[in-house]
Amino acid sequence: MENSQNPGPVLSASHFVAPIDETPLSATDSVDTDSKPSNLYIDAWRDARRRPLFWISGAFILLVIVVALFPSLFTPVDPRACDLQYSNQGPSAGHILGYTKQGCDVFARIIYGTSTSLTVGILATIIVTVIGVLFGALGGYFGRWVDAILSRIGDIFFAIPYFLAAVVVMSVFVQYRNVFVISLAIGFFAWPGTARILRGQVLSVKNADYVTSATALGVGRFTILWRHVLPNSIAPVIVITTIGLAGAIVAEATLSFLGVGLPPSVMSWGNDISAAQRDLRNNPMTLVWPSIALTSTVLAFVILGEVLRDALDPKARARR
Amino acid sequence: MVWYIVRRVLQVIPVFIGATLLIYFMVFALPGDPIAALGGDRGLNPAVADAIRERYHLNDPFFVQYFYYLKSIVTGDLGTTFSGQQVSDILARTVPVTFRLALIAIVIEAFFGILIGLIAGLRKNGIFDTVSLLFSLVLISMPIFVLAFLAQFIFGVRLGWARTTVSGDAPLQELILPAFVLAFFVIANVIRLTRTSVIENLDADFVRTATAKGLSRRRLIPVHVLRNSLIPVVTLIGTDFGLLIVGATVTEGIFNVPGVGNTLFRAILLSEAPTVVSFVTVFVIVYLISNLLVDILYAFLDPRIRYGK
Repeated sequence: MENSQNPGPVLSASHFVAPIDETPLSATDSVDTDSKPSNLYIDAWRDARRRPLFWISGAFILLVIVVALFPSLFTPVDPRACDLQYSNQGPSAGHILGYTKQGCDVFARIIYGTSTSLTVGILATIIVTVIGVLFGALGGYFGRWVDAILSRIGDIFFAIPYFLAAVVVMSVFVQYRNVFVISLAIGFFAWPGTARILRGQVLSVKNADYVTSATALGVGRFTILWRHVLPNSIAPVIVITTIGLAGAIVAEATLSFLGVGLPPSVMSWGNDISAAQRDLRNNPMTLVWPSIALTSTVLAFVILGEVLRDALDPKARARR
Repeated sequence: MVWYIVRRVLQVIPVFIGATLLIYFMVFALPGDPIAALGGDRGLNPAVADAIRERYHLNDPFFVQYFYYLKSIVTGDLGTTFSGQQVSDILARTVPVTFRLALIAIVIEAFFGILIGLIAGLRKNGIFDTVSLLFSLVLISMPIFVLAFLAQFIFGVRLGWARTTVSGDAPLQELILPAFVLAFFVIANVIRLTRTSVIENLDADFVRTATAKGLSRRRLIPVHVLRNSLIPVVTLIGTDFGLLIVGATVTEGIFNVPGVGNTLFRAILLSEAPTVVSFVTVFVIVYLISNLLVDILYAFLDPRIRYGK
């Protein structure tokens, strides 16, 4: 791998075998001081950038972000200007995907619906990550009663499948169905997974030699947690966060589809699919197009998560 | 083993109390006064309102009310729906249907998932492996309602192989299409875990030893590789139960399967919050019990779990 560029032997090279005749025994144990400093993230970046899937999914996500921020760049049509005389009409010039039953432009609605999905995905993921990292890091690092309490709370939230919890929240808060409430409803019950993974990582990292030496040097406990423990245990959280963002987008669409997500006045892919299902037999394409938009966006995040998992996990890299 | 089971059962009790408390708190926080709304525009006679409040313990503090709620759950009284039916009566009618649907789905999931995962793992990085990886990633990314509508449209409307909706008594042959949808909603994880597990076991010492002893591949793969690879897969199928519940809710709703999920689906669509809460509580209890059973099964299959810790 990377080490093949360096002339000298390096400790981390798992498959380096010193030629027995030529290399003095001491040299195999020495560290090559000339080599460029590297860490998990530099290695991961080197690994990820060689994979086409990383660039494909990354470019697609970038496109989705640009569409969400500047929808008017992609279509001149007003998605709210619906005219019943075009009801269920096929594609025509300027309206490449045709019309919905209400006579709205399918393409324009998909373009303007992007920001809803992305906002909910990002907000829910931020909530999940903040609570999950807080619970996982504090529980794993301080152990004892802190860990006992935080882990039990996590178990309770874990016992309710987060989608069902979101259904209850959204059913109860009928008057407050907006992007923030739905993100809260999803994120507030989805964090135990993140907390558990981080806790396990922190447990395995906190007894490492560099933590002991930092303690011996008199570094404060929170500083050690922040500067040494977290950076070395956060990698799996990055992966689960990427895939969790995809899950949050799916959850929002499913909630909207069930009618407990965003109100029909909000443009979202879930609402569009929900509206189109009533006309599945006559005009299946109004259901297919938003479904494709939804699935491909989710797929991009899932693939990015997979690439990151492979890149950030040295064991997975070795297996490949 | 007995001690392990006792310990796990004891661990579930506080989680059960916490989870129901959490759900109950959300309902408690429900905005508006349901009793005042009962009277409509004319308002309710204060004496009647007080009597109702007294009867349903609405004047008691939160935790006392929760205690009554917990007591009724434990004694099997799950409340009534908006239309006045007992939740337990509905469950008695709908659970067998959902159970049948879930069972067919799990059989399909296990059969195809393990088969595809095994072949992909044996031919690592081959064409089949790559295609199955892409296939499972697309399935992971596809929301269950999209999957259900696609299946309904292609196999029900276009090809006419199956009925688009299931009739009243849910005969077996009509459940096959919804069961396939449900199975393919959760199959991706089975495929990928089987694959990883098979690849790891192919490298294991006991497989090398068996090969060195001259064991044929025909016997080596099913007996040594597959059997050892199945332990984590069995657990996964169990822990994916939460996903299966969500999937069943949407699938039963779309295919009109008269099961528990469909009841929840209707209640959500009609925004009957109390019914939704009753059924979510039932699902959470089932989820907890199934996770408990999976843990015990896992300990049974893998002695390392039992004696570890």
